[in-house]
Amino acid sequence: MKKEQVPQHGGMTAGCREINYAVDEEGRYSLELSVGWEAKNATLRLAWEAIVEQLHLVIVEIRAGQKSPLAYHMVKNQMDVPLLAQYSGFARWRVKRHLKPQVFNRLNSRALVVYADLFRISIAELQEVPDQPDLRIEDMDTSGASL
Amino acid sequence: MTIDFHHRQFAHCESGVTANLLNHYGFNCSEALAFGIGSGLFFAYAPFVRLNFLPLTTFRTAPGSIFKKTTKRLGIKVRQQRFSNPGAAERKLDLLLAEGCPVGAQTGVFWLPYFPPAYRFHFNGHNLVVTGKEGDDYLISDPIFEQPVRCSGDDLRKARFARGALAPKGRIYYIESMPAHIELSQAIVAGIKDVCRVMLSTPVPVAGVRGIRFLSRRLVGWPTRLGEKRTLQHLGHIVRMQEEIGTGGGGFRFIYAAFLQEAAAVVGNDELLPLSARCTAIGDAWREFALLASRACKGRAELQPSITDLAQRLEQSAAAEESLFRDLQQVINRSAKKGAVR
Repeated sequence: MKKEQVPQHGGMTAGCREINYAVDEEGRYSLELSVGWEAKNATLRLAWEAIVEQLHLVIVEIRAGQKSPLAYHMVKNQMDVPLLAQYSGFARWRVKRHLKPQVFNRLNSRALVVYADLFRISIAELQEVPDQPDLRIEDMDTSGASL
Repeated sequence: MTIDFHHRQFAHCESGVTANLLNHYGFNCSEALAFGIGSGLFFAYAPFVRLNFLPLTTFRTAPGSIFKKTTKRLGIKVRQQRFSNPGAAERKLDLLLAEGCPVGAQTGVFWLPYFPPAYRFHFNGHNLVVTGKEGDDYLISDPIFEQPVRCSGDDLRKARFARGALAPKGRIYYIESMPAHIELSQAIVAGIKDVCRVMLSTPVPVAGVRGIRFLSRRLVGWPTRLGEKRTLQHLGHIVRMQEEIGTGGGGFRFIYAAFLQEAAAVVGNDELLPLSARCTAIGDAWREFALLASRACKGRAELQPSITDLAQRLEQSAAAEESLFRDLQQVINRSAKKGAVR
């Protein structure tokens, strides 16, 4: 990559600049700052869109009484049952049970605190699920341009 | 307590941490040099390892190996430690800081508050240097950021004990003592030989040049096997691994080209210069791959033809890398022999 090709496409990096290696006319390497690159913004966006879409699906399931609010927070924190089990210290089968509304609603406060602490929210927030995912890609993307 | 630590921003976390730590102990080292001596360049496509539910594609060696190999080849004495107990991990860290020792740490990025929100994924191969503590805040030199940063004790504990693939288990590492004399040329030669070996003749078909070809073959089948949506997610994931985990662009190929350039001067072998230029061209091809893949992700082109095109590009990259590392191996072996005669 030539120095003048170092991309400066702001977007998902929230103003952070990172180092790119580039060569000058004589082919000598130097370290150049880049505010982002279109290819990275697009793929990062894609990854987040997948998460938001999953959140939409899980909200529907929770409203239909098929899953507990824990499912929402698990997805929002990009976890699955094995990872949530490792973080919470509960066995996988218990985490799976906690994803059922009838089990989750009867959970004692000790278990609730474990989850709330992990996700860094209050117990009230843990028990509740917004109508729309409270995770907006627009907030991460500073370019303002829609792709 | 604050250690007077010179923070330099680099492209990649672990090679940056290694370079900055060596610099602190009086050995002026660039990131490229640390990356090359530690033979950080690699390729593997390991679909049985999942990162964020997607198959692992990596352009570098496993976390920890750059620091370990670089320091070993330079004859530097280091210590590393993992912990099962977060309290003990924190006490040890504080103790080392009190002794004035900057401490390298492996962390996950999900829990680090100073990361841009969009970058917070469950990726556990991140590295940083802890350089001090003020109240409950740790002072951190994270080489992929422009300035030193701060992180609360609670956040750092969570990051050091992140769970999932590549869990760091509180791993810390630090330099114990520097040798009286450093054999730089020898270390460079050892680093190059190692990279050639893993890229050309790994026994496992998922790694090195064979790994690139393996990915190419698998890629063609994705649209039929996974469907369009999953294919794009898989493709996007490759691009992110290639460009976003602080690679300096082109999946570390540019850093390696910069290393070969520096190595040519140190070893005194101009034959490395055209090889560096070829490595740059390989990096450019990877970037082109990333750009086209990201455009495919945006859905601007029909999927199967662009996937076939991308797979072909991977084949070409594999061929180019194979020939580069064969030639590099020859050049290094020849110069090593000459050195032995002299």
